[in-house]
Order: sequence, then structure tokens, then C-alpha cells
Amino acid sequence: MSTPRLKSAPKNGIEKCPTGITGLDQITGGGLPKGRPTLVCGTAGCGKTLLAMEFMVRGATQFKDPGVFVSFEESDKELTENVASMGFDLSGLQARKKIVLDYVQVERGETETAGDYDLEGLFIRLESAIKAVGAKRVVLDTIESLFAGFTDTDLLRSELRRLFRWLKSQGVTAVVTAETGEGKLTRHGIEEYVADCVVLLDHRIEEQSSIRRLRVVKYRGTMHGTNEYPFLIGDTGFSVLPLSSLKLDHKASTQRISTGVARLDTMLGGRGFYRGTSVLLSGGAGTGKSSLAAHFVQAACRRGERALYMASEQSSDEVIRNMRSIGIDLEPWIKRGLLRFYASRPGAFGLEKHLLTIHDLAAAFAPHVVVIDPITNFESVGTHSEVKSMVTRLIDVFKSRQITAMFTSLTSGDSAEEISEVGVSSQMDTWLLLRNLEGNGERNRGLYVLKSRGMAHSNQIREFVLTDNGVQLHDVYVGPSGLLTGSARVAQEARERAEELQRKQQLERKNLDLRQKRQKLEADIARMREEFKAEEQELARDARLMESHEKQLTLDRREMAQARSADVVPVHSNGRA
Amino acid sequence: MPGKKCNAIPASTDYWSLRLYIAGQTERSRRALSNLKEVCEQNLKGRYHIEIVDLRKKPQLASGHQILAVPTLVRKLPTPIKRIIGDLSVRERVLVGLDLHPI
Repeated sequence: MSTPRLKSAPKNGIEKCPTGITGLDQITGGGLPKGRPTLVCGTAGCGKTLLAMEFMVRGATQFKDPGVFVSFEESDKELTENVASMGFDLSGLQARKKIVLDYVQVERGETETAGDYDLEGLFIRLESAIKAVGAKRVVLDTIESLFAGFTDTDLLRSELRRLFRWLKSQGVTAVVTAETGEGKLTRHGIEEYVADCVVLLDHRIEEQSSIRRLRVVKYRGTMHGTNEYPFLIGDTGFSVLPLSSLKLDHKASTQRISTGVARLDTMLGGRGFYRGTSVLLSGGAGTGKSSLAAHFVQAACRRGERALYMASEQSSDEVIRNMRSIGIDLEPWIKRGLLRFYASRPGAFGLEKHLLTIHDLAAAFAPHVVVIDPITNFESVGTHSEVKSMVTRLIDVFKSRQITAMFTSLTSGDSAEEISEVGVSSQMDTWLLLRNLEGNGERNRGLYVLKSRGMAHSNQIREFVLTDNGVQLHDVYVGPSGLLTGSARVAQEARERAEELQRKQQLERKNLDLRQKRQKLEADIARMREEFKAEEQELARDARLMESHEKQLTLDRREMAQARSADVVPVHSNGRA
Repeated sequence: MPGKKCNAIPASTDYWSLRLYIAGQTERSRRALSNLKEVCEQNLKGRYHIEIVDLRKKPQLASGHQILAVPTLVRKLPTPIKRIIGDLSVRERVLVGLDLHPI
């Protein structure tokens, strides 16, 4: 019923064998080519053996691929000791039959050659080792050693060709290490036979810092990162640090967190930063960047969140002491395990080591909030573009973990601020600028929000003052001569207060007048009422008097009539006869 | 006598114990063996014995005895141990390698 489909190639081309090495699988789009040999070349001490070893060990522990490690240089014991510090337990793995370590001792210079030979012995050894554990991964470290033991280079070359073909036929993913030659990838040109994948490791000293780089020179059939990627050898082995994750797929949170300064929160759309964003706080010397950073950290700790403070200029004690002077006590948070300091001078290590340390700290301590104060110090150990790329990677590390990161940056002048930061600032979601405002014989600081993605923010400059109770932001006054800050502002505020006082007093006076008038009025009314009442009473009395008078009159007349014995006439109601 | 182990070994410099490592019966291994036998007959008659170790049959010996090239000839006795690789067709090299001086 379904229409016949054309058989298409597998989605990603070649099948990959994941290495489990941080960053390497990312660059190679999934790992090394499965079932094929990969050549790892580099100078002495650049990490080839470790890379190969980690490939095999992780294969055994993480991907259930048993492995064989054929070492031409170091004995089993030496290998085991060398990698023990990274948590690779070779003896344990051997005991559990997950790996085989085979130390091939190539006799150098003692062996007489008397006729034709081949290296079948090596093949047999390999075969038996692979069979012993059912290996899927094989390492040969380093193939160069064979050239030291056998003088017939032509034979060696053809045997190597045969070896790689044989390894392919065994279906194992092989990693072969070799030393780089003058102007060639390998000293003996082995790269001709290992055509599928070639990885080049480089280790150089630049500006007194040791720099390690990895490059995938060739990877047939796959899209791969072609740049040089810095890598580090750390406590857990190899870490390749790609410039940034090749995809930008961070989740964006809509949660807002406080900056630690209430007024600043209001300037940022009323609620502060978005969680998981990056904040650049730049300003000249002494403008108060670290203080603001301390507020930010304190706010996080108060919310019960973990904060990591990376200081590249001061020790943690110094920071704590300095912040106390503005009323911020960071000590209790440290004791409660919510705040951790990492103080280290940039010059102590290379940029990559710093990056890796931060990365590891972010993973281990899992902070919600990170401060890097300042980022500009790192320019002493790297060029501007290197620092920029480090910042990119750091932002990447933080965003992928939804960590809100604040970077402080020292700028030189006042007007040049915005220009010099352009490289780094474009990667930041929020940019706060602390600027010196000079005038009136004094210097004050102003803060404004240059940009803040995703929210409406204030465009007003606020005066930034460090007080005993921390950072405070005041409105600036725009007077006839421009911004008023510092003492001019104070004077202005005093003036306004005086005016207000005056107005108040005026009002008071008016009120008093009014009260007095009312009292007077009420008194008058009372008096008139009284008078009126008196008259009323008098009137009433007169009326009563008249009534009783009338009554008496009537009675008297009757009496008189009786006395005169007059005709009794009914008395009319009006009293008349 | 070839193939037989002698318990009573005379003065060590006189008795030769040789081991030839091969990887299966091939043209080359047969050549090596026949070359070896010739040299021994010519120079060590009566006081040598050759042991053949086939790595295909005993692969673990490849790592145990650190054998890479095949064929490999090892002189176990007299000491010091000597090694020669190849099919032993270059007679001079064999003699030099075994520290044998032609009679």
C-alpha cells in the first residue's frame, strides 16, 4: 500500500562512537567514527595518551564497550598510576574483564635482522586481547615506537596498512596515537593510512601561560567543528571547551529576581533581573561596582539561594571587610553555606583553566547566582578577543544552568565607556552603567540602565550613593545648570524642604485665623440666642399675666352683680351680662 | 639431539637451546626452520635443540614473551639471550646474531 521509498543514507552519515569526553562529542557531532581508526597526533606531553585512555575507559564504564589498550611506552603499572588521580580505576576494570592493558616492549637496537619477517606477532597479540574481553575499542599508544624497533620502514608501513585494515575488519573503533613531525601531521606519515579521522593536539606557551588546543583536522563524512578548541586536563580528565554550544537553545525564564537595591528593581521594569540572564555592570574605578554586586549576592542569599562570588582582584576577606563598611555582612551567608568565594588572580592560570574551574564550580556548587568581579582583569592573560570568547563560553555555561550572572567591568574614561565595551556588552541581557558625574567641585556617581532586554526600563540617571546602610539611589535634579548631584543635590533638597516648611507655616496661620473667626462667630450666635430666649420668656410672662388679669376681672364683675342683687343673668361666655 | 630435553646439561657454553617463534605453517616459517636446521647442523652438531612455538596455537605467548615480529629466533642458552628476526636466509647475520663463529 505504501509507495516504495528510495533508500536514503543514514540521517547523520557515519555512525559515531561516543567518547564521553566533555566537549569532544559535541565538536565531532557525536563522537569518533565507529569501527574505524582515528589518529590522534601531537607533540610530546600534549595529552595524546590521556585522550586515548579516557576514550577507552569511558567506553568501558559509560558505554559498556570493553576495550584494549596497547601501550608501547608505559607499563601497566605506570599507566594505572598515572590515571588513578582522575578517578580511572584501571586495575579494577581489568579485574572485571572490562579492559585489557597490554604493554608491548619493543626491543630497540638489539635485534638482529636476518631475512624477511612480518609483524604477525603483534596481530596475534591484539587478536587475543580483543577476544579476551570482547573489545569494541582499541588504543595503540604510540605507533611511533614501532619505528624505533624495526629499521625496515617500508615493511612497517605496509604492516601498518595491513593493521588498520585488520582493525576495521574486527569492527573495533581504534584510536592510534602518533607524534607530529616537522611540518607534517606525523613523523612517519601515518596519516596516509588513517584517513577517516585525524585529531591534532597542540600544547604551547603563550605569554607565559600554557595553552592546550585541539583541532579535528579531518573527519570524513561528517560535519565537524573545524576550529581550534581549547582544552584542559583537569581532575576528571579531558575537557574540551567548544567556543559556545553550537546551538542557541537556552530556555528563557520569566521569573524575576531582585538586584538587592529596591530602587534599582523599580528601574528594571519594577521587578529586577530575569532569572538566568547575564548582567554587565561597568564603570570606572571606585564607582561602586563591587558594592552593587555584594547587594545582588546578599539578596540571593536572603532568598535562600546559593551565590558564587568570583573575585579576581581582592581576597574574600577583603571583600567581606569592604562590604561591612556599607552595612552588608556577608560572613553569615558563608557560614550557612549559601555563599562561596573563589578568589584567584587571573595570572595564576591560563584562561582555559579559569574557565574550567568556574565550570566545575558551577556544576559542583550549583549556585543560582554568580558574580565575576571584574572580568576585565583577565585581559592581562589573554587578548581582548580571547577574553571575549571566554565570556561567551561562561555565559553559555551559566545560561544552560539558569544561573543569573553579573559581570563587573572596569572602564577607563567616562565617555569612552560605551565604546570599549561593545564587544562584550552585546552578549549581555542587561547593561548597567556607573558613571562619574563631575561638577560643582566634586565627583559623584550616577547609575543608569543602558539596556535591559525583555523589559521596560527606566531611562533616568539616578544618583548612586554608598552609605552606611548600603547603596542608595536618589533622584537627580535637573536644575538650570544641568544635573545636580552630591552637595548640589543636598542643597537643592534643603531648599525645597525650606520652601515646604514655609508653605506649611502659611497654612497653619490661615487655619488659626479661621479657627478664631469661627469661635467669634459662635460666641455671637450664642449671645443672640440668649437674648432671644430672654425676650421669649418675657413675652410668655406677659401673656400669662394678661390671662390671669382677665380672669380676675370676670370674677370681680360677677361678684359685684351678686352684691347688687341684680337679675341673675346667665353669664355669657364673654363675661358680659 | 633435536626435540629431546637433556637433563644433564654439560658446561653451559657448549649446549645450545634455541626457540623459533612462528605464526602458523607458512612458506616463510618453513624456510626459517630449514635455514636454522642447516646452521645448527653445520655449527652445533650434537649440542643443540630447537623448540618451535606456534603463536597461532599459543597466542598468549606473543605477549608473554614479547614477540612482535615473526619469525623470531631466540637463543635461550647459552646466555646471554639473543634474538634474531627474519626467515634466517641471510646466513652471516644469523651467525653474527647468534654469536656463532663458523667452525
